[in-house]
Amino acid sequence: MPLWDATATELLARLETGEVSSVAVTEAYLDRIAALDDRVGAFLRVDRQAALAQAERIDQKRRSGQPVGRLGGLPVAIKDVLCVQGEPTTCASRMLADFRPPYDATVVARLRSADAVLLGKTNMDEFAMGGSTENSAFRLTRNPWDLGRVPGGSSGGAAACVAAGMAPLSMGSDTGGSVRQPAALCGVTGLKPTYGRVSRYGLVAFASSLDQVGPLARTAQDVALLLEVLAGYDPADSTSVQVPVPRYTEGLDRPVEGLRIGMVREHFEAGLDSQVEAAVREALRVFESLGATCTWVSLPHSKYAVATYYLIAPSEASSNLARYDGVHFGYRTDERKMLAELEAQRRKLTEAGDQAGLDALDTALVRLYRKTRSEGFGPEVKRRIMLGTYALSAGYYDAYYLKALKVRRLIREDYQRAFEQVDVLAGPVTPTAAFALGAKVHDPLAMYLFDLYTVGTNLAGLPGISVPCGFTAEGLPIGLHLQAPAFEEQRLLCAAHRFQQATDWHTRRPPLEAGAAGGPVPPGSQQGPDAHGTV
Amino acid sequence: MAISRAEVEKVALLARLLLSEAELEQMTVQLGAILQYMDLLAEVNTEHVEPMAHPLEITNVFRGDEVCESLAREAALANAPHRDEECYRVPAVLGET
Repeated sequence: MPLWDATATELLARLETGEVSSVAVTEAYLDRIAALDDRVGAFLRVDRQAALAQAERIDQKRRSGQPVGRLGGLPVAIKDVLCVQGEPTTCASRMLADFRPPYDATVVARLRSADAVLLGKTNMDEFAMGGSTENSAFRLTRNPWDLGRVPGGSSGGAAACVAAGMAPLSMGSDTGGSVRQPAALCGVTGLKPTYGRVSRYGLVAFASSLDQVGPLARTAQDVALLLEVLAGYDPADSTSVQVPVPRYTEGLDRPVEGLRIGMVREHFEAGLDSQVEAAVREALRVFESLGATCTWVSLPHSKYAVATYYLIAPSEASSNLARYDGVHFGYRTDERKMLAELEAQRRKLTEAGDQAGLDALDTALVRLYRKTRSEGFGPEVKRRIMLGTYALSAGYYDAYYLKALKVRRLIREDYQRAFEQVDVLAGPVTPTAAFALGAKVHDPLAMYLFDLYTVGTNLAGLPGISVPCGFTAEGLPIGLHLQAPAFEEQRLLCAAHRFQQATDWHTRRPPLEAGAAGGPVPPGSQQGPDAHGTV
Repeated sequence: MAISRAEVEKVALLARLLLSEAELEQMTVQLGAILQYMDLLAEVNTEHVEPMAHPLEITNVFRGDEVCESLAREAALANAPHRDEECYRVPAVLGET
């Protein structure tokens, strides 16, 4: 078996015995990236020399008998929403094309001290807003299972690189499903931890009451390994929680006998693709054969989750993204041109004697902000800023934002009642398998509705996992969604691990070797003309 | 509820965005459709329901009132698009008509 095809857990065992070196493992993935990423487009940047230098340092440590960290020289891909000190961190936005953070995100610092090799930065929807990675300003990412389809999003590059064997471990972020949904569409395992379980310090903010960093890998065991390194209290994030971190990799073999699984009735209703439904029901039969019991439970406010989420998340985003002002960091419009335009407008209004127009004319500073932001942000980010600003504005605050906050509590109470009856909740991650590139770019509401099974987890602050559970007739992966009460990641990982011991969906690999060329790119599916090449 | 083009223009100013004619047109249609969908929430009875802004019932976290190292000026200015030796530069704000 080639190195890139092994699981992280297998590689770690071989690294620890000295049978393989971190340089050899890192090189195997770098070679995979060099061979395939022109077609897949998972990475925004890969620094081969820097990655190999890190691997070499870890190998030296091991050779000289020094203690080596938990990840022992395993490469990890980083979503480009996480700050890496001194390295470009773009959030796939023009706004941050040249931004180099002055510090590491806490999770990045934790990876470094665990002796991970930072492999490169992965593509995403701009500022993590989207479900297809088509909102990246820099490049298109394709689903490794079908290059004419989306990888999902917003962590599309993070999921695609694992599916294509270009990284054994990958870091994503999940605000409304952005780890679980691409994991499902790419056929990998992805976990969204409990809100507060993992530090958000250095995770570029989208919606602060919903954002959570999450690991992706091929297996639940690998996800457990990465979570063990990421989880824990961080004094730099006041919303991280002081709850002890279990050894997630231990106890994965605990039997699921007696596990009470609740099938979420509302997640099996109209709109669910029949092939996805069949695969998920079959997965639940596997759990029953392992001794778990399945019953129907209800989350009665499920039908309001998308509306609630798409008021709260954009509202928080409109506030968080106010920091991009063209002054402190990030993109800034051409000031001379901006001032000349403003002056020309003023002259025209003066000549026309239009006093009202003159009164309404932007000041130079306001125009600087407006031009900068309009040129720096892409269409979806603008749409969400507009939506959030509207929902928070005088006259609409009560009807939209405040109303959504109240429904959010009802959604959480639904979960609390359900978890009185069952241990985990189960359903599909997405209503269909991966859709075609360009299929939803002109219909934002349709794109939002694709999130209906995942946003509730974030609104309630709970952990959720996506586990590969089958394929459609077209050969597209399908994901099983499991959700648990707060801080019960262990329960999810254990159930997913037992399922993966009984099935082999997670071991399948996309047919990329055949050298299939990328499908045609439909118009409008890539918004940025300039692509950041991999180095 | 639909949204008017004038409202979209006003919100764009509040959001410090400058939308082209085409963007204004499209945003009015798209936001209208999205907001119409949001009206679904009106049917939920939320009387006596406390708003929930955050998944954790958080309390304020204070750090000790101690002097400690902060980001160095040079590091803080390093990403500034326009700066001098010690400050961010912006267009003149005072003295405008």
